[in-house]
Amino acid sequence: MDPRVSILDRRLCEVRRIIAVTGGKGGVGKSLITAALGLNLSRLGFRVALLDLDLTSPSLHIILGADDIFPEEEKGIIPPEVAGVKLMSIIYFTARNPSPLRGPDISNATLELLANTIWGEVDFLMVDMPPGVGDVMMDIIRWMRGSEFLIVSNPSKLVLETVIKVIKLLTELDLPILGVIENMKRGERSSWEKLSGFGIPFLGELPYFEDLEDAIGDPEMLLSSGFGRRLGEIAAGLI
Amino acid sequence: MHEWSMAEAVIAAVIDEAEREGLDKVTEIMVRVGGLQQMENEVFEFALNELKGAYGGSILEDARIILEREDAVLRCRFCGNEWKFSGIRLCEDEYEAIHFCPEVSHAYIRCPSCKSPDFDLLTGRGVSIAWIKGVKGEEDGSESEHP
Repeated sequence: MDPRVSILDRRLCEVRRIIAVTGGKGGVGKSLITAALGLNLSRLGFRVALLDLDLTSPSLHIILGADDIFPEEEKGIIPPEVAGVKLMSIIYFTARNPSPLRGPDISNATLELLANTIWGEVDFLMVDMPPGVGDVMMDIIRWMRGSEFLIVSNPSKLVLETVIKVIKLLTELDLPILGVIENMKRGERSSWEKLSGFGIPFLGELPYFEDLEDAIGDPEMLLSSGFGRRLGEIAAGLI
Repeated sequence: MHEWSMAEAVIAAVIDEAEREGLDKVTEIMVRVGGLQQMENEVFEFALNELKGAYGGSILEDARIILEREDAVLRCRFCGNEWKFSGIRLCEDEYEAIHFCPEVSHAYIRCPSCKSPDFDLLTGRGVSIAWIKGVKGEEDGSESEHP
């Protein structure tokens, strides 16, 4: 018997809301949106934690410029704080090494992090997910009960089909969808035209910000960027 | 201490199982400890005994806890080679990282034969409950095993 599952509710009992950021394909901006929403919620006075569950390609630590930090041990793993938010990531343990994980390893690592992380009192736990409907999606549904899902889309046809699969799965399982953010909007093309029929909220669109790359690694610059300010408006709508 | 949070998980799981099985008393808990996670047995055992009193109440107060170590054996998915974790040498930080999350062994361990990072862990990953023994009803007093 694996004992870890039995402790999950206790580990998450002081977390008020879990928002899992999902979407279609890699590169649509899930991690940047997770980080910017979390930073904005923190600046609004909420206690925020970020959990990077993109286990083979974590990136929240890069976005937050979190170098040379490591969790403390105190009857569990205490996530360190960066720019006012707690950050839990497998990167503390893999360092910069490639860590090729197959399905069961992904689930085991996810469960290990969830069973041993001591979050404390948190208003928003923002989860950065890998793309699509794979292991992590199923593990969040199974182990992080009460999660609300925020879906990141963009105008590309390549993204749309996967986003629709995500919406269909979450709807079929009767799980709460906070809504869709359309990222990297350029021109008239929009994925929302195809998504509006699913009866889920549209949280807003973000244009393609040419200078966003400069803000990666600098949380204050990210917050004050056009991207960060726009996500501040969206974050206010999530409260 | 990671040992403490894992001990909490074990005690919570035993209580869940005892409730599911309708046990009035748990008399014995067999915990298997995989070599890959490198738990400090003394710390882990101390935490288990402390927590069984704190969380378990009367149902766990007489439970004997037995720890059994299990060697971590890995098998390469590419060439089929099998080897023991105890037979390889890593640096202190790498051992510590694997202690926190055994799956990160894929970041530090390569097949000694073909250097592939693609391996299965056959045995000895981490902490598991092999079985618990308990009694149902005070008159009966008979022990039963719950895998």
